[in-house]
Amino acid sequence: MKSTLAIAGKELRVLFTSPMAYVVTAVFILITGYLYYNIVLFASTQSMQIMRAQGALPKINLNDLIFRPTFHNMAVILMLTLPLLTMRLLAEEKKIKTMELLMTSPVPLLAIVLGKYIATMVVFTFMLALTGYMPLLMWYYGSIQWMPILTGYLGIWLLGGVFIAVGLLASSLTENQIIAGFIGFGAVLILWLIGWLSQTMADSPLGPFLAYLSIGEHTENFIKGMIDTGDLVYQASLIVLGLFITHRIMESQRWK
Amino acid sequence: MIHVQNLTKRYGDLTAIEDVSFDVQKGEILAFLGPNGAGKTTTMRILTCFMPASSGSASVAGFDIFDQPQEVKKRIGYLPESPPLYTEMTVTEYLTFISKIKGIERRDRTQALARVLERCALTEVRRRLIGNLSRGYRQRVGLAQALIHNPEVLILDEPTTGLDPKQIIEMRQVIKELAGQHTVILSTHILPEATAVCQRVIIIHEGRIVAVDTPDRLSAQLRQSDKIRMTLKTPLPETADALKIVPGVLSVFHEPSPDGQVFIVECDLGRDHRAELASLAVHRGWGLVELTAVKLSLEDVFLKLTQEETKEAAA
Repeated sequence: MKSTLAIAGKELRVLFTSPMAYVVTAVFILITGYLYYNIVLFASTQSMQIMRAQGALPKINLNDLIFRPTFHNMAVILMLTLPLLTMRLLAEEKKIKTMELLMTSPVPLLAIVLGKYIATMVVFTFMLALTGYMPLLMWYYGSIQWMPILTGYLGIWLLGGVFIAVGLLASSLTENQIIAGFIGFGAVLILWLIGWLSQTMADSPLGPFLAYLSIGEHTENFIKGMIDTGDLVYQASLIVLGLFITHRIMESQRWK
Repeated sequence: MIHVQNLTKRYGDLTAIEDVSFDVQKGEILAFLGPNGAGKTTTMRILTCFMPASSGSASVAGFDIFDQPQEVKKRIGYLPESPPLYTEMTVTEYLTFISKIKGIERRDRTQALARVLERCALTEVRRRLIGNLSRGYRQRVGLAQALIHNPEVLILDEPTTGLDPKQIIEMRQVIKELAGQHTVILSTHILPEATAVCQRVIIIHEGRIVAVDTPDRLSAQLRQSDKIRMTLKTPLPETADALKIVPGVLSVFHEPSPDGQVFIVECDLGRDHRAELASLAVHRGWGLVELTAVKLSLEDVFLKLTQEETKEAAA
């Protein structure tokens, strides 16, 4: 436990003393903010039209109109940004030979994997927390339901957790950061795109199975405001699986 | 302290080390000597539990490297060939991190840090980023990393490569000071280094141990004859023949040099011929300038051993 925290602490220090964490966070906040602004603008013109047609203040659901598309946007942007955050985690240590240091220290391999995962989750949580201005603004100027927003954040947080686990796995495969980043990106994209195939194959028995595999499917309920234990189990098992395979790969690399 | 038995490591078809066995006593400094690719690094990586061996066994401080790697790792300080540094950290940050992963308790950390900073002469640069330090300082930070938890065993992989001559001397001095309290294994392909620092040398070639002994005994063992080098200012044409008839002299070579003529006299082992040759030279008036016994250097020993190996393999 102590060594896990030591690794996580070192990782955070490196992320925050290099421009890495700041650049990724800034780009994430900028793009999500831009898209959020677009959605709000669209929602306001829509509500004005309704008002003109009905001649009264409309009762529109801001959660549905604004936050559902916003969470969807976040998911897609995370797919592009999180692999950039995870690609260096293990690849860099191998490249600059510090893996030799970690592996010859009395630190269990699991602590290395977990420490790196936790550190990246901290950065990601920080990124996500910064988007909190979105619901706060809506709450101040309009009226929103807080619970569906919180479940939406939980869904996105878990989704990011899976992306980071997959990215970490990709980083364990190579000592080239670019390759690790690209494998990570490809892997999360495939997890997402399985959903499309399930729609076209909806009639075949494979359809529901593919739909179950798709990560988008398991994020949707959270965004709608529902917490389904099935979804929780899906996300949690993907995270555990990702970390487990990473651990195995690292162990097998010792034997080569 | 370290006990290694029949260690073998294969990468696919390639055999990196084969049947390596040796022991190291507590407080000893041992050198691994061999050309690049001889298997020095592989042996060290196995001892530090970085990679497993294909067969054979080894123990460090009484703990088996396969069964109790965590215990072994706690007792070893390891400096790999390229020092494993995080360039975006300062020296203090880096060493603090190391002290955490080596399991040094919080209350002992400040003291451990101060001790290695002083020992490796890093106190002045402790607040600087490692990325901005010179090669010599980086190597010292690497050594500090290996020393911070005061390990019983130190394993240093080519600790002086890439350093300038002054830094090499300093590094050797530090390593010498470590003897006694720590058991040290270091690898090198620079022969004088082994002679300068170590009490015992293991010569390793193509994955096999070809010799284990003290540097002096190794050269004595391989010497088949004594060589004496004489520099004469005014030799006569018959000098070479006159030298040859001295009892015990086997052969004489001569070559010109700026000081005069150099004669290399090869004699029987076991008897010192220097006095006899000197008096002969003085008596005949050859103008004796210099007379020394030629020691077989470790370099010669090393070449001889590795060549014999290759010849045997060819035969």
